[in-house]
Amino acid sequence: MEPIKVLTRNIDKPNSASIETYVAGGGYEHARKALTTMTPDQIVQLVKDSELRGRGGAGFPTGMKWSFVPKNAPKPTWLLCNADESEPGTFKDRVIIERDPHLLIEGMIISAFAIGSNPMSYIYIRGEFHFGATVLEKALEEARAKGFLGKGIFGSTFDFDITVHRGAGAYICGEETGLIESLEGHRGQPRVKPPFPAVVGVFGGPTVVQNVETIACVPFIVEHGADWFKSFGTPKNTGPKLYCVSGNVKKPGVYEFPMGITIKELIYDHCGGITAGRQLKAVIPGGASAPMLMPDEIDLPLNFDALMKAGSMLGSAGIIVLDESVCIVDAVWRLAKFFAHESCGQCTPCREGTNWMESILDRLERGLGRQQDADLLLDMADNIGGKSLCALGDAAIGPVISSVRKFRDEYLYHVTHKTCLPGTKRYRRLDMPVAAH
Amino acid sequence: MADLQPDNPYARDRFPDPTRKVEFSDEARKRFEHILTRYPNREAALLPTLHLAQEEWGWIAPEVVHYVGELLDLSPATVFGVVSFYNMYNQKPVGKYHLQVCTNLSCMVTNAYDIYERLCDRLSVNPGETTKDGLYTVTEVECLGSCGTAPVVQVNNDYHENMNVERMDALLEKLK
Repeated sequence: MEPIKVLTRNIDKPNSASIETYVAGGGYEHARKALTTMTPDQIVQLVKDSELRGRGGAGFPTGMKWSFVPKNAPKPTWLLCNADESEPGTFKDRVIIERDPHLLIEGMIISAFAIGSNPMSYIYIRGEFHFGATVLEKALEEARAKGFLGKGIFGSTFDFDITVHRGAGAYICGEETGLIESLEGHRGQPRVKPPFPAVVGVFGGPTVVQNVETIACVPFIVEHGADWFKSFGTPKNTGPKLYCVSGNVKKPGVYEFPMGITIKELIYDHCGGITAGRQLKAVIPGGASAPMLMPDEIDLPLNFDALMKAGSMLGSAGIIVLDESVCIVDAVWRLAKFFAHESCGQCTPCREGTNWMESILDRLERGLGRQQDADLLLDMADNIGGKSLCALGDAAIGPVISSVRKFRDEYLYHVTHKTCLPGTKRYRRLDMPVAAH
Repeated sequence: MADLQPDNPYARDRFPDPTRKVEFSDEARKRFEHILTRYPNREAALLPTLHLAQEEWGWIAPEVVHYVGELLDLSPATVFGVVSFYNMYNQKPVGKYHLQVCTNLSCMVTNAYDIYERLCDRLSVNPGETTKDGLYTVTEVECLGSCGTAPVVQVNNDYHENMNVERMDALLEKLK
């Protein structure tokens, strides 16, 4: 399969982030078409027909999400762009933000018009993307200067502007209600759903939270139509997709393909295969929360449904490749530590459970493991999964359950031999204190 | 618990100290007024105001917590609750160069811990601490969203990608 250049068509041009480059390529014409020749309902139907699914992690059908927004709600409707990109292994939104910000802005104009947004909206960008925030601010200034943002865009009655809101270092603020809480100036602790944000969200009004890449698909759908979008990929798994490959591969990076390239083809034909010619040990296909896949599962296509059927998920398409030199217990410890750190603390199963999982894995690494630890981890996971208010609890158990099931021998080896399997390496330094937060 | 750490700047007997008052500079005040126009209420302006305060003073000191609270009509407890939730708001002073090493999975398997250990050894600090000359603070951070160019080290606001021990040593030479 050849890489495509739909979402990434501008990123390698000189001055790719400038409005001149974007307009020269036909940019903002699709927003003009949407605002002056289509109704919001028509745009929602178009997006539904395209079978576009959210690219932030949940893969929820975008058109359906938009159709949940009530008309004539008593409070203003809000469009929030989720640029919090904090899922380990994921770095695709950054490419759009830094190198084609106008694609995001145009997508937001069309999406906001479709859902009946009030004249203000926010791009919630993770605080660490300081450069990305400055690129966006500049792009927004350029768009305002040309009248693409502001009052009566393209002579329509639609007023619209965007504010860049920087986060401050919290993975949980990528969860849609965590993001909403954070935008309101609170600790980013997710809310109970229902009510869903489309009914009651930020500042009490209907809210649609969409990932950067999802919004970036919208101008193309308006430009070319639903059938064109469906020509990429397979039914219900449509469209061009940005895949992030990292870890032990020769050519890590962001690659764009029609949805559904196989893991094997991506890693070996496009990313140069495993570093130093080593053997593949495990692949995490969808960011840190996705259950691991074994080398004999890499013929699976990278789309939402096939991976879900195989017991994993496409999630944010952050493909992390682990080779034979990686100690699985060490790798899972690091992920467990991440989730324990990022747990917001509201729910006892997640707050306590993630810390317990990290501490059991830590003991295993230090040679203090016990025979029952692998099953204890599964038991812990069972007490967390489905028992927390948001999906972080479910995410945290993904790597733990999948690694215990698929690499139980490594866990047992740590118990009996008090060290890593021969040939594998512990990357972490056991003697360095883990800085608490 | 905040009270039990002897060097904790927020410890109850030091918070607040009514003799220490702070105020934004004129330029920061202008930026603050602009921030307020972008949000429907004052509370929503809290995160950007705290970022502005950190640019101004380097960390969110107890008197800054009070000041931001007054500006936004929020209690110091509410402001501190937000400060303590988010990783990026510094709860103690940091060095001129805040060296933040990502050690999450993709960076870990490309040897980020080598860089982290090297920094702590070379600068003779424990993780999270600042050098005595106030130049460098070394912390371990979570995924910075640049895994394709791992390992990544963030120095203040800037990302340094495709790092290794040699390049980190060379970078340190330039950061004086």
